[in-house]
Amino acid sequence: MKDHETLSERLAEQGISRRAFLKFCTALASLMALPPESAAAMAQALAKSLRPSVIWLSFQECTGCTESLTRSYTPTLESLIFDMISLDYHHTLQAASGFAAEKSREDAMKNFYGKYLLVVDGSIPINGGGVYSTIAGRTNLDLLQETAKGAAAIIAVGTCSSFGGIPNARPNPTGAVAVSDIVRDKPIVNISGCPPIPSVITGVLAHYLTFGTLPDLDDLNRPRSYYGTTIHDRCYRRPFYDQGKFAKTFDDEGAKNGWCLFELGCKGPTTHNACATTKWNGGTSFPIESGHGCLGCSEPHFWDAGSFYTPLSAPVVNIEATTLGAAIAGAGVAVAMSSLDRNKIHRAQQAHEIMSVKDL
Amino acid sequence: MTQTIVVDPITRIEGHLRIEAETDADNRIIRASSAGTMVRGIEIILRGRDPRDAWAFAQRICGVCTLVHGIASVRAVEDALKIDVPPNAQLIRNLMIAAQFVHDHVMHFYHLHALDWVDVISALKANPKATSELAQTVSPSYPKSSPGYFADVQNRLKTFVEGGQLGIFANGYWGHPAYKLPPEANLMAVAHYLDALAWQRDVAKLHAIFGGKNPHPNFLVGGVPCAISVHPQGSGEAGTSLDMGGLEKVQNIIRQMRDFVDQVYVPDTLAIAGFYKDWSKLGEGVGNFMTYGDFPAKGMSDPSSYLIPSGVILNRDLTTIHPVDLDAENQIQEFVAHSWYDYSVGKEKGLHPYQGETELNYTGPKPPYANLDTNASYSWLKSPRWQGKAMEVGPLARVLMLYAKGHEQTRELVDMTLKKLDLPVAALYSTLGRTAARTLETKVFADSMQGWYDQLIANIKAGDVKTHNDKLWEPASWPSLAKGVGFTEAPRGALAHWAVIKDQKIDNYQAVVPSTWNAGPRDAAGQEGPYEAALRGHQLYDPKQPIEILRTIHSFDPCIACAVHVTDPNGVELIKVKIK
Repeated sequence: MKDHETLSERLAEQGISRRAFLKFCTALASLMALPPESAAAMAQALAKSLRPSVIWLSFQECTGCTESLTRSYTPTLESLIFDMISLDYHHTLQAASGFAAEKSREDAMKNFYGKYLLVVDGSIPINGGGVYSTIAGRTNLDLLQETAKGAAAIIAVGTCSSFGGIPNARPNPTGAVAVSDIVRDKPIVNISGCPPIPSVITGVLAHYLTFGTLPDLDDLNRPRSYYGTTIHDRCYRRPFYDQGKFAKTFDDEGAKNGWCLFELGCKGPTTHNACATTKWNGGTSFPIESGHGCLGCSEPHFWDAGSFYTPLSAPVVNIEATTLGAAIAGAGVAVAMSSLDRNKIHRAQQAHEIMSVKDL
Repeated sequence: MTQTIVVDPITRIEGHLRIEAETDADNRIIRASSAGTMVRGIEIILRGRDPRDAWAFAQRICGVCTLVHGIASVRAVEDALKIDVPPNAQLIRNLMIAAQFVHDHVMHFYHLHALDWVDVISALKANPKATSELAQTVSPSYPKSSPGYFADVQNRLKTFVEGGQLGIFANGYWGHPAYKLPPEANLMAVAHYLDALAWQRDVAKLHAIFGGKNPHPNFLVGGVPCAISVHPQGSGEAGTSLDMGGLEKVQNIIRQMRDFVDQVYVPDTLAIAGFYKDWSKLGEGVGNFMTYGDFPAKGMSDPSSYLIPSGVILNRDLTTIHPVDLDAENQIQEFVAHSWYDYSVGKEKGLHPYQGETELNYTGPKPPYANLDTNASYSWLKSPRWQGKAMEVGPLARVLMLYAKGHEQTRELVDMTLKKLDLPVAALYSTLGRTAARTLETKVFADSMQGWYDQLIANIKAGDVKTHNDKLWEPASWPSLAKGVGFTEAPRGALAHWAVIKDQKIDNYQAVVPSTWNAGPRDAAGQEGPYEAALRGHQLYDPKQPIEILRTIHSFDPCIACAVHVTDPNGVELIKVKIK
């Protein structure tokens, strides 16, 4: 490895100007809600570094998280893996298979012990001694423990590795758990979402490469800059909620006019994620803009929080009908979301507890 | 003397797949076993759920062919509850399914399969000017073909390789004599690997416009979730992503898709295939092919209007197409004789998916293990059979079906390809034929998108903006017992979900996925699945670098979603030598 060659030299060789690079860092800094002066620090840090080694382990997963990463625009997957990091192990992308693939992982662990980043997607099954998912004849549990040892930090990508995800949904047939249920002695960032927004994955990587630290995290170890507010807080349909204008079916006048999807089961009010602001696929749209309520996919146990089409404030079980349903319909409720009781939201999301319009 | 070669993980696929191959003294594969080594039990998790929610669960079976399980699921519920889908919703679904095909097949070719045929390191030796001449001969209309462009790509690659951190390219079988492309063709392919990465990001936006995001766009029982926000009499209040701007974006993406397929994917496939014609004699599989059909012009209830017909071809006989009945109990059955599941009727019997059972029972070796006992149970995949026979599903099955039925464009494309490569029709039954079929069907589907888009616009112009049938939306309107099957053609082949709905909840749910048909283990009668049959006879040049196994396995585009990891011989230690 040529140790004199830095990222800025590499970029210059490829005809990428310092100006363009700084622009990229500024965009990243603003995406992450960092102060403007941090763009320069970010540029400096990124430019100086050799590409840090990243080992990506895939366990009980569907490859949706990796697919999401390939849709990233800021930066693109190409610039991420050719210019910023050295992706030394990643099943879906790497050329080598079998023994040669495992050797790549072992080499990276040896050469960068204590320094490499470990990314995990997918949950880890622990029932039956872990037989429900093996790689090269070894259980996911075994591989995670071995690879975590020398990791500087762990990034859990997706709701499965962050919170257990769909394999962990009732009745959790394989005993699927999250990374943080197994690894206790390493810093862990949870980038939840099913899948997560690609720029959130790349943004957290860039933050780590720049500052050598993990970003500010919330109580579920998610980066606050992306998961600090609910989707409902930032939704372009929020004004209709405040005016009491709700779509009643998926193609009525309200639906066509972009009215609020609360009554069709939208989980935006209890879901912390950046979909409404960063949007998806290069800012093209996000679920609510395309007419479907938010599924709540970045929250723990969202699979078990009742039907996706049951309004949040309505009971999922046959509890005595509350006055809420009636109260919401057509009612003009304008309560600032910032005053929301975050704990209340969490509890409601997890237990599908009844929330009143006043709570929102 | 035989040895067992293990490849696990098999990379550049979806999921966790393992191949164990027994070879003879000449390193020829005499028996191969395909094992899925991951299970989540999503069918078990689906029990007791609201059937309208099922698509979201089922969709998480796979994030690569990210919409197909969502489509199969909503269709299963619609079939059970007898819900008709409005024409606009059907057109939008066609567009989304076709977009999935085009996106997924191109990514498979460049990002998953190409590295079996393209030696990345050899591209460093290419002359950019000669590469430009080659590219302009192969595809005169593709603009990114100047000597400067290829010099830039080569320079970028050189910087990367000389930096000493090979990342995803580390430990590839570079320099293996099985790589036949000249350096210029390798450089061209590396450039298109990068072009395709940028292209796929843009065209995935079609799913975001209709479904809110990609991967995992949203679906809806009874139609599509996105209302059409077109207001001929002036602007509405806010609207959805499906407004005039969104529709115009869809039109542009269709053009972008067709251009890339015509100018890059099809010419590259033909050019690369020309160097690997010996692979037209290897890797056939079982010789039986099945499709369920898809892309209805008049709704799912009218199979005669499907673009892809349904049927079964037995023993390469294209003159007789056997009808497929997904409800008939004696047609489609799943066996678990060599799978880590139990059946209440015993492990030797097959079950139709309506009676299907998912009882996990791992009886394999305790991890860490070196080898599976392939005479006992060895996979988390079941063995689906049609009238007791193993079937190949996927691009080759569809192209053969379209060809057999006389679909004009398919016939032209297949004949052009065979003529260009100077190969007989029998060459289709091979690793090369399977990969070429994937490319050719991509063109058929990409070209069809324009017609569906035009029809959608015509409907909107005529005032029809209906996208959802909500007549049976409320569970209270459902019968206490209903069952239905939803099917689709997924990029990897025929896919169906069977759902039994009892008292408004999912009572039983069984998905029989394409990669189960192709990658499943032997059945009770000892019949191999297509992967296993296809590998038999392959001669390995170097058992420590089993690139031959990867080529044929990747030609199926494994999507194990409970995928199997293929492991090559783990040094000397993992090769288990058995003296017979």
